[in-house]
Amino acid sequence: MNNKFDVITIGGSAGSLLVLTELLDALPDRLTAPVIIVLHRLRNVQSEMGRLLSTRRRIVEPEDKEPVREHCVYLAPQNYHLMVEADRTFMLDYSELVNYSRPSIDMTFSSVAEVYGARTLGILLSGANKDGAAGLCQIITAGGRGVVQDPQTAAFEAMPQSAIEMCGGVQVLSIENIKKIIVGET
Amino acid sequence: MNEVISNADFLDIINIIKLQYGYDFTGYAQASIKRRLLRFMGHMQLNSVFELKYRLVNDQDLFSRLIQYVTVNVTEMFRDPGFYKSLREQVLPKLAAYPNIKIWHAGCSTGEEVFSMAILLQEAGLLGRTKIYATDLNPANLERASAGILPLDNMKDFTQNYIQSGGLADFSNYYTARYDNVLIKKELRQHIAFFQHNLVTDKVFNEFQLICCRNVFIYFNRELQNSVLQLFFDSLSSRGYLAMGIKETMRFADLQGKFEVVHAHNKIYRRKE
Repeated sequence: MNNKFDVITIGGSAGSLLVLTELLDALPDRLTAPVIIVLHRLRNVQSEMGRLLSTRRRIVEPEDKEPVREHCVYLAPQNYHLMVEADRTFMLDYSELVNYSRPSIDMTFSSVAEVYGARTLGILLSGANKDGAAGLCQIITAGGRGVVQDPQTAAFEAMPQSAIEMCGGVQVLSIENIKKIIVGET
Repeated sequence: MNEVISNADFLDIINIIKLQYGYDFTGYAQASIKRRLLRFMGHMQLNSVFELKYRLVNDQDLFSRLIQYVTVNVTEMFRDPGFYKSLREQVLPKLAAYPNIKIWHAGCSTGEEVFSMAILLQEAGLLGRTKIYATDLNPANLERASAGILPLDNMKDFTQNYIQSGGLADFSNYYTARYDNVLIKKELRQHIAFFQHNLVTDKVFNEFQLICCRNVFIYFNRELQNSVLQLFFDSLSSRGYLAMGIKETMRFADLQGKFEVVHAHNKIYRRKE
């Protein structure tokens, strides 16, 4: 069973949509840990991203101060940074772009690392910039597990590659193996 | 930026600022403000929290710069066009019934959303009898807002937002462009008063038919949200409107029973009696 993690957080940018869908479809029903997703998206265009990503799971864009609940899959809303507070509620932040991005993966990963520490699983997928790399390192420093999609299989390698270069302890895995971790087999 | 500010240090910093300068950040949401403090330390090349505390006690200039850094000064004209559309269609027609209209923009930053409001009122034929009170915590923001000067770069995006909000006029009629900046037309600005007001420590100063406070609550913890909501309730006339950011919610607030929902997605509420 999946008792190792209290939270799973996933970041992705260019080229991550299909693999993310694959991961979401593989989430076992018994998984209790909340899943927090950050994708780089257009800022002022209405989108139905939540529905696009998965037909199996309902994906929620959290509102400010909403508690982080088990069994739920969350997606950072457009044009806000998404953070988690010490009392495990969401906080939205409308400050400057970070790594040219809002939402920024670093912002979410780093706040999750601070709150969930060693009980965090962070996953960084395909993308064309380095957002998420520093955050993934913070997850690892906090004792959590940091995984990247193998750059060789990623449509855009810059994002996972930056994380590998930025700190030790990053696990480089195929999507199949990332699924296995989520399912709790490895 | 891998360092963290411990809770004890955070409370120390907040206390120094409160005692020495009168700004109270106690009720701010910590994830964000801690991050901004770290960013500020990085920018000022302060190597430790101790150094930050020491300098804060002894150096007034450092504090002025800290305020610029810690407050979030990001804004857009017609941010969330759908929200402005709702204002046009659902709120302004109701405001038209008042002989004199008073609006409060709380946390107006550099004024972009206030100018947007003035444009809506102008197009609804209401600006002439409206007074907009636009307040912010940060004096530098207010200075910029009062000047009415915005960078030209953003106008393309703002024009898109304006059109999506249901605007039919030629957006460039509302400003004069010169070199890299634009100046918002005076006829829009003359109905706006910009001044400093701190939502945490300052009180009711007038009665309004509409209060706009968007993307400010997200930086407050629930306790502070509750007390500012009380301030807004007390500042609204009976049946007055309150508009919040589209990801802000009244669901977790003590006072939610005292407001009715006008538009659930765009977060427009109305004071009951």
